[in-house]
Amino acid sequence: MSNSIHARFQLSYSEFNLDVDLQLPSTGITVLFGHSGSGKTTLLRCVAGLQKANGRLEVNGKIWQDSASGIFLPTYQRPLGYVFQEANLFPHLTVKQNLDYGLKRVKHTNSTVKLAQTIELLGIEHLLTRMPVNLSGGERQRVAIARALALNPEILLMDEPLAALDYKRKQEILPFLTRLHQQLDIPVLYITHAQQEVAQLADHLVILNEGEVIASGNPAETLTSLELPLAQDKQQAATVWQVTVQAHDSQFHLSQVEFAGGTLSLPLMEFAIGTPLRIQIYARDVSITLQEPAATSILNVLPAVVTGLIDDHAGQCVVKLQVGAQPLLAHITSKSAALLKLQANMPVFVQIKGTSLLG
Amino acid sequence: MLNSADVDTLLLTLKVATIATSLMLLFGTPLAWWLARTQSHFKGIINALVALPLVLPPTVLGFYLLIVMGPSGFVGHFTQWLGLGTLPFTFPGLVIASVLYSLPFVVQPLQASFAAIGKQPLEAAATLRASPLDTFFSVVIPLAKPGFMTATILGFAHTVGEFGVVLMVGGNIPDKTRVVSIQIYNHVEAQEYTEAHSLAGVLLLFSFSVLLLLYTVLKTQPVSHPLK
Repeated sequence: MSNSIHARFQLSYSEFNLDVDLQLPSTGITVLFGHSGSGKTTLLRCVAGLQKANGRLEVNGKIWQDSASGIFLPTYQRPLGYVFQEANLFPHLTVKQNLDYGLKRVKHTNSTVKLAQTIELLGIEHLLTRMPVNLSGGERQRVAIARALALNPEILLMDEPLAALDYKRKQEILPFLTRLHQQLDIPVLYITHAQQEVAQLADHLVILNEGEVIASGNPAETLTSLELPLAQDKQQAATVWQVTVQAHDSQFHLSQVEFAGGTLSLPLMEFAIGTPLRIQIYARDVSITLQEPAATSILNVLPAVVTGLIDDHAGQCVVKLQVGAQPLLAHITSKSAALLKLQANMPVFVQIKGTSLLG
Repeated sequence: MLNSADVDTLLLTLKVATIATSLMLLFGTPLAWWLARTQSHFKGIINALVALPLVLPPTVLGFYLLIVMGPSGFVGHFTQWLGLGTLPFTFPGLVIASVLYSLPFVVQPLQASFAAIGKQPLEAAATLRASPLDTFFSVVIPLAKPGFMTATILGFAHTVGEFGVVLMVGGNIPDKTRVVSIQIYNHVEAQEYTEAHSLAGVLLLFSFSVLLLLYTVLKTQPVSHPLK
């Protein structure tokens, strides 16, 4: 993984400090995750040049900012695309004119092709002649994403593009983002505080807290890092696995998927053999036994090794395991952990009660 | 009903108001933009200076302009040095006085509509490769259109209705500085009530039409207090 984005920023307000030094991958979606006030938006605005912090920023070998030598490229000279939390379309222009606004100001030979592709990808052909005021929140956000992508940017910055939308609108846009994910070859910095979006989109995960980076790494590792609050969240803690469809069993309506170190049975799905998928396994859906259960109704029983555990001193224990090459989290009671005498490097079996498909 | 001298004063008034309004839009727009966006300490002072003609008796403003533009004033020195003579009792002097007198009626609606746009559309434009100047013409002006309409109409109408400043700076010179309001005064002084009625009626009709246009077609909120 080449590190082609290097961002170092320092900023001080009376009640807020931003102090980050990040190396980010040059492809895929990097999710910036954290509570409100953690500095995610400030960091993104600094990358865009909408806010000025002290520091240095290098993108694809080009220096966008270097306070030490007085370099600060204004936003309009940075080859980026930015999607705001509120779509922020120009109210006096139609959808088409909004899309053309940026396009007229860049000089690419293939920009019309790019725009046509983007309009198709985001399914907004039927909206082109409308005014922004006549669009739904979800439609507006899709237009905003298309407007940013039409510029053919070198990097795409997205500030909680789904936060202002209700659940239904989110579900309407997430598939588009997943498609984008598969088709885009530029780095994306994506802010969210929703775990579902992390699980679904992240190739790289940065966790911010009070203006500092507390973790930066691949999502499977970062999501399961016991020291981080994510793993300890009773409802939300989960692991994301990359799997490949291996076989279908029409008799029992099941599909087999392969992961690094084993196979799982999932409810039958329509994807072709060989399709890569992401699945999410909630920690609350995982239980642990010492011997391989001889007879159980649970289909997915896998050998695993305990790699760590942490007790919340409120009767709950988070156990981190390794299944083949994949990390896995289990939430069990402290009593169970004591009865099983769980400790690091112990071989066990895990039973996975359910998984959810992220697409 | 209107004699040729009256028609001349009407035409002169329209000429002054048109030129003054153009100048006010030209200089008032950047000033209003700066006032709407700046965090500068000078903002308060500049705001107060621009609004001054709203509360000052026009004769006071006219008096100071007469002094400053006169042969011993610093503007007078400057215009004499340029070989232009002095400005009082000339058409250009009248236009300059009108601009200063009516400026708040142009700057304040513009400033309010610029402030209402907020920074979001400007940031969106910046991320779409538009330079600040480009953004001003492609985003700010279209979004502030109601502000520009209000500013133009109010600035023009207010200039048409001025009297005190003209009297002090312009005097009463036919075809140069004798505008409608002065001519009405002349008629009344000469007991020519019929002529005064005609001209006054024209001004009344004009002013009412302008305000009607503002509040119905353009749906402007009644100007609460211009200082606000």
